[in-house]
Amino acid sequence: MASLSRLGNSLYRGDVSFNIVGRRKAWYAVSGILIALSIATLGVRGLNLGIEFKGGAEFSVPVAQATDQSVTQARETVIAAGETPSTVTIIGGNKVRIQTPALTTEESNALSSALAESFGVPEAEIKVQLVGPTWGDEVSKNAARALLVFLVLVAIFLSVYFEWPMAIAALVALAHDVLITVGIYALSGFEVTPASVIGFLTILGYSLYDTVVVFDKVKENTKGIHGGSRSTYSEAANLALNQTLVRSINTSVVALLPVLSILVVGVSLLGVGTLNDLALALFVGMLVGTYSSIFVATPILCQIKERQAENIALAKRVAARRKSGSIGDEVKVVIAPGAPIVNSAGPRQQQVKKTRARRSKR
Amino acid sequence: MAKHYRPGRSLLIFIASIVGLAVWAFWPGQNHAPKLGLDLRGGTQVILSPQVAAGTTLSQEQLNQTVAIIRQRVDGFGVAESEVTIQGTGDGAKIIVTIPGETSRTVVDQLKTTAQLNFRAVVAIDYGSPQPTPTPSDSASPSGSASPSASASATPTPTPSPTPSPSVSVAPELMVPPIQSPDAAGDFADRFAALDCATSDIKNGATDDPAQYLISCEKDGSIKYVLAPADLVGTDIESATAGLPQQGAGGWQVDLQMTTEGAKKFADSTTNLSSQKTPNNQFAIVLDGVVISAPAVNEPILGGSAVISGSFTADEARALAQVLKFGALPVSLDVDEVQQISPTLGNDQLHAGLLAGGFGLLLVIIYLLLYYRALGVIAVISLFAAAIMTYLVFIILGRGIGFTLTLAGIAGAIVSIGITADSFVIYFERIRDEIREGKRLRAAVDQGWTRARRTILAADFVSLLAAGILYYLSVGSVRGFAFTLGLITFVDIAVAFMFTRSLVTKLGNSRWMNAGSAWTGVSPERLGVTKSAQEVN
Repeated sequence: MASLSRLGNSLYRGDVSFNIVGRRKAWYAVSGILIALSIATLGVRGLNLGIEFKGGAEFSVPVAQATDQSVTQARETVIAAGETPSTVTIIGGNKVRIQTPALTTEESNALSSALAESFGVPEAEIKVQLVGPTWGDEVSKNAARALLVFLVLVAIFLSVYFEWPMAIAALVALAHDVLITVGIYALSGFEVTPASVIGFLTILGYSLYDTVVVFDKVKENTKGIHGGSRSTYSEAANLALNQTLVRSINTSVVALLPVLSILVVGVSLLGVGTLNDLALALFVGMLVGTYSSIFVATPILCQIKERQAENIALAKRVAARRKSGSIGDEVKVVIAPGAPIVNSAGPRQQQVKKTRARRSKR
Repeated sequence: MAKHYRPGRSLLIFIASIVGLAVWAFWPGQNHAPKLGLDLRGGTQVILSPQVAAGTTLSQEQLNQTVAIIRQRVDGFGVAESEVTIQGTGDGAKIIVTIPGETSRTVVDQLKTTAQLNFRAVVAIDYGSPQPTPTPSDSASPSGSASPSASASATPTPTPSPTPSPSVSVAPELMVPPIQSPDAAGDFADRFAALDCATSDIKNGATDDPAQYLISCEKDGSIKYVLAPADLVGTDIESATAGLPQQGAGGWQVDLQMTTEGAKKFADSTTNLSSQKTPNNQFAIVLDGVVISAPAVNEPILGGSAVISGSFTADEARALAQVLKFGALPVSLDVDEVQQISPTLGNDQLHAGLLAGGFGLLLVIIYLLLYYRALGVIAVISLFAAAIMTYLVFIILGRGIGFTLTLAGIAGAIVSIGITADSFVIYFERIRDEIREGKRLRAAVDQGWTRARRTILAADFVSLLAAGILYYLSVGSVRGFAFTLGLITFVDIAVAFMFTRSLVTKLGNSRWMNAGSAWTGVSPERLGVTKSAQEVN
């Protein structure tokens, strides 16, 4: 903890600086590979859509202990009832989940009675979900519409509150996050349910939230740099990134801890369900979101900004000034990816006592 | 800046508003817990989408009528807190029915069945307990009046009817509604005698065959009837409106207008009925196999328009008119989604959700305390303040606008822990930045806030935007999640602006904090400020 705090000090003053913006090609390569993998997986495997999207029926039968035997039993019961089981899975060790293609309510009632009888549980204890074939389309359509409206409004907000290059960079980072998260769903074969869609949509909010915090600092640091020739836009932005790095780490930890707890508690207590569908999307999305707000959004922003006339001029002035060597301490951007330089603070306890004593004397 | 801000006052306002919310939430005689959604307490949820013929659009009126009829059916299940709500508008509208606790498999069928309305002549009536021949106070005429038997002849004593005499024994399967017979012969009389409206399922509705005799009950279970095959069916009615008589005398009534064919049938029927004696001069309006009303006819009604009058209240008259007009659902319904969750599973999900939330909160608290020390304590207190405020608002909204807490909502709340804590993280990091600049704590707290405030607002605005759009453009569980997320973002702003800031300012004025102990979390030494730099400021 203390070392993270000290790293924060060094980062803030610029004693230690990670050259994030300068190495954008490396980050782009990492993101590019991840995105390419996601798209490839999506193309090859596709998403494992839940019955909410395909239409169908799902029954969840509570049993004392779910074994392979119960799976076979469930499968046979369904076939005996004249239906085709598409999947039968064990959930959380004490439930058997049966999915079938779409059923009418009569068929579903008959099947749920048959299952109740076969497993000797009261019928009311069986969880039933029937989804019409058009429902999923509508859910997706609504989500897509929500997404579109959201993106337009966010772009407007960011352009007004910040400036248009920031809006573009933020949206690119957003697309990056969603693509990779969806790719991970395709790769892991996790079921995509409305709860996962909620998760995806939340990532949108979170990813932007995180980017806004970083950009706010970038905005602050780059204000007024055009008056002088001390640092280029990219350097100022990089300093902002470094200064908010500790914040970003803390925020991610604080946001991820509860999501992690949903995943752990959800999986151990409930097996597959709303909580997990949501939490996995969030967990991946938040991780990627934090990464992208630092390593994708800001480098892209700098790329756009460095093409603007005033920033080209600024970069020229800075270069000229450094060449002339008039200000030596300006070239302070130390590239230190490894060990942070620890600032000399002295033995802590002693220091505290001294300060207190001095204060009381005054 | 520092001169104008009074931390004590906003702290007081915040505490007062928490107390206010608490009093509101725990006002005696109300629900004192957030309303739980179906996935947390078990029950049935059905999402229906109304379908209209191709080329036509769903009118708001049709939608309202459909919902009214479904609501009536849901009320028939007798489950408290059942809900029927509309989400969306126009052709995309969805009807969402939630029946907590009820997981019987027939519920869905009963909801989406197209109700059947028919008019049947009364063959026999049993009022349950002996009564001074409560003949309905008469006449459905061209402008005649007929009393809705429900009000005119309601049995004052709910004692079981004497009729189900022990001598009558009828196989239970013969008593499953609809109780019908093509000729009313054989054991039909026994079945009538054996029927006990108080216990029968008839009230829940069942689709009856209009061509057969029917044994049925009054809606409130007070009267039982033997009814002849239907003379008219729902489609014979052109329109029905509730209104007050033109002359102003009397109470609310229902004006009926038949179609041309219906008028003929009605003329025949009433001509026949008016020549009969009580109770055979009555016709029963039967919806879904349940008698809604049974007015008497005193004279033939030939013109195809009639008035049903009696001691109706405005609401009763409107309800009857609605049944007559839209008895059959004005639209057919597609079942989009059915979810039936047993109360046991619901309880499990609730516990898992709460456990996950509690555990997540604990982890966040530990982290904040380790990293921010004294400031961390403020962050933790603020998180609790936010949690309490959220809980109170859940209770109040559950009562006020029927907000229900679902599993997705709990997930939203858990996710919001992170976003709420982030406001504090931003604020604290800004304060530390200011101290690193060499500012004294008091100034740092002030400056830090000014800078953090902007960031917090901008970031929260994006969250609110996401929540708002999700809420408006989605249905079902997504909505619950969005609502919770949006709500908590507001709570976050309130807590950060009025509570956290005040506490930090108060603490920033304390001697101990300014002494710069390592435990304060803002110790200048630990933040790398050299003594000389501090001296200068």
